[in-house]
Amino acid sequence: MSTSTSRSDHQLCDRDRELILATQGGLPLVPDPWAELGHQLAMPADEVLARFQRMQETGIIRRVAAVPDHYKLGYRFNGMTVWDVRDEAITELGKKVGELPFVSHCYRRPRHLPYWSYNLFAMVHGTSRDEVENKAQQIRELLGASCSGHTILYSSAILKKTGLRLRK
Amino acid sequence: MSATAEQHSRIEVPDFTPVERAIINRLQTGLPLTRTPYKDVAEEIGMTEQDLLDHLKALLANGTLTRFGPMFHAGEMGGDLTLAAMRIPEQDFERVTEQVNRFDEVAHNYRREHELNMWFVLATETPEAIADTISQIEDLTGYPVYNMPKEQEFHVHLHFPI
Repeated sequence: MSTSTSRSDHQLCDRDRELILATQGGLPLVPDPWAELGHQLAMPADEVLARFQRMQETGIIRRVAAVPDHYKLGYRFNGMTVWDVRDEAITELGKKVGELPFVSHCYRRPRHLPYWSYNLFAMVHGTSRDEVENKAQQIRELLGASCSGHTILYSSAILKKTGLRLRK
Repeated sequence: MSATAEQHSRIEVPDFTPVERAIINRLQTGLPLTRTPYKDVAEEIGMTEQDLLDHLKALLANGTLTRFGPMFHAGEMGGDLTLAAMRIPEQDFERVTEQVNRFDEVAHNYRREHELNMWFVLATETPEAIADTISQIEDLTGYPVYNMPKEQEFHVHLHFPI
């Protein structure tokens, strides 16, 4: 379990940037995607693959994967549970919440008083509202007296889901 | 809590074939970066490479998958990312959605049932572009943006088994 910030000192080189631009819409769905990209960018297929491997090692690419529309998979209830946790206790408790198997993301974020008093965000998905609420109750019990309020924000529509796009 | 579209819509049990389930589950965890990645995954699942590619295209075409490809990390590229929220009155919601979604920096955007009813992720190539994009969105829409960058990350594990 680690805590981290979102920045790094990496600089994108031009060739990696071209590969990102060429694949941000998706990887080619052909038997040899590396050769296909190489053909588009005038780069040997082995170099394309090696650059992908390096970008994955350094974390620029988390993974090359399918991103589902979770509604269509039956995960219709997407609850962003948010908690007002004492600042002194949040590091310890945030780690414990993050370790719960049903929590997909868990972050500390700033409050915006008086509109927003919640500083711990834990994303919980379920196939029913009851399922999400039962899971939230488990988080509530874990946080105990260090938590002075919480709510669950359900998503009612995906307005956009394209993933990262570099400006061309 | 107000009634939502989700409460009123019938819960549909997704009807995927065993092959579709195997593909969806396997490909969420990541394609191996090998010389023949699709062939390797197809062998693992027990199907032909062409069958895998055809199913993958169909799952993308019918919207089960929103994307198949590299998932980039803006922070590791030297850029930054943040979560931001807005409070938009109902009569302006459609207009503001259209204006916000037009920004390439908006990677995803969800409507949520709360006074803060629009939540989006900004991913930018440089750290400075976060603040620039937020002020452009505020100017264009006429509404304040509440920026909630992560201060600590405790866990990220996004996988939807079916």
